[in-house]
Amino acid sequence: MLDRAMAAISGTGHRVVNGVWRFGFACRFFLAVLLHSGISFRRFSLTIKEIYFSGVLSLIIILVSGLFVGLVLGLQGYETLQKYGSESALGTLVALSLVRELGPVMSALLFASRAGSAITAEIGLMKATEQISAMEMMAVDPIARVVAPRFWAGVISMPLLAAMFSAIGVFGGYLVGVVMIGVDEGQFWSQMQSAVDFRLDVMNGVIKSCVFGVAVTAIALFEGYDAPPTAEGVSHATTRTVVTSSLAVLALDFLLTAFMFRGI
Amino acid sequence: MERTTLDLWVGLFVVAGLAAVLVLAMKVGNLSTFNMSESYNLQAEFDNIGGLKSRSPVKSAGVVVGRVTAITFDNKTFRARVSMVIDKRYQFPKDTFAKILTAGLLGEQYVGLDPGGDDQVLKGGDQVAKTQSAVVLENLISSFLYSKASEGDAKK
Repeated sequence: MLDRAMAAISGTGHRVVNGVWRFGFACRFFLAVLLHSGISFRRFSLTIKEIYFSGVLSLIIILVSGLFVGLVLGLQGYETLQKYGSESALGTLVALSLVRELGPVMSALLFASRAGSAITAEIGLMKATEQISAMEMMAVDPIARVVAPRFWAGVISMPLLAAMFSAIGVFGGYLVGVVMIGVDEGQFWSQMQSAVDFRLDVMNGVIKSCVFGVAVTAIALFEGYDAPPTAEGVSHATTRTVVTSSLAVLALDFLLTAFMFRGI
Repeated sequence: MERTTLDLWVGLFVVAGLAAVLVLAMKVGNLSTFNMSESYNLQAEFDNIGGLKSRSPVKSAGVVVGRVTAITFDNKTFRARVSMVIDKRYQFPKDTFAKILTAGLLGEQYVGLDPGGDDQVLKGGDQVAKTQSAVVLENLISSFLYSKASEGDAKK
């Protein structure tokens, strides 16, 4: 009985220490990526290749989901707004919810599952097949050559993807609201334009998506780099990437929203 | 270094992303409709500002001519001091009248400027002398009740 209690306590302590240790390693890893990112700008073709893989290839999922989110927002928003006779505020509703929240958050979640998991699997497999050790053997720094370009590619692609998500979402809201249901087109756009502020709403959305880009790619890279070099280890790391970065995005979104839109 | 088809796709991607930001700025946001490059400051004191907030619009004849930048409470006069920035293109006479109005029945509140007839115009840092406070519903109802009650007294 006592033995079992002791084992439980020491197991918990072990897990806590391990978690803190891992977190410290993650911070050092993140710092190393930032310090070794010179090469990803000097040899920009490396970064461009990664932008292609994580940004361009995520376009389809981002655009299609953005369109559908906009369509649903248009339908649901109209349902509620017409009860109060203010269908003309549909444009405002669709644009503000997309630009402030749904655009950055949804595209970051999609990016985490589409590109983040791919990054983790790729780097984990590179480690499992000892490509990373081989690079170190050849005096090539794997952080500078493999990790940093992927990091900057993610940070560059994320705000662009979020902007496209919001833009196509607004178009989806327009399709449902104006083309399908018949809300007045002039009111739809003019109310939207008078309510959405460029600096306060659009730029804050862009800042949010930059932060999410940093968080998602840093988590994905670290999970890949830290994965046990086995098939099972890589598969667990991929799962952890999606779970951790989704939670990180949602938590960061709350913090950023609290800072940006408080008391205005 | 050579150009590859990859560069084309990445270029297209970045251009599309920037175009989306531009669409958000011009079509969705109000960057195009109200962009103050040159502006000057005006002050006004109100007895009651109601629901006016900083960044509320300042309108004259229904056209947005500026924005409220700050609202403070003056502890000497016990009135609200509203600072506004007005677009330099628009000049108002010295005896302009500043009111706090409401857009629609439940809409946002804004500052309305009614130009007077003075030859001199307001310059940066000037104070608008004549102001009218926001209409507070409770005061409106109580004054209505008072007038009803006094009507009733007069009939007796």
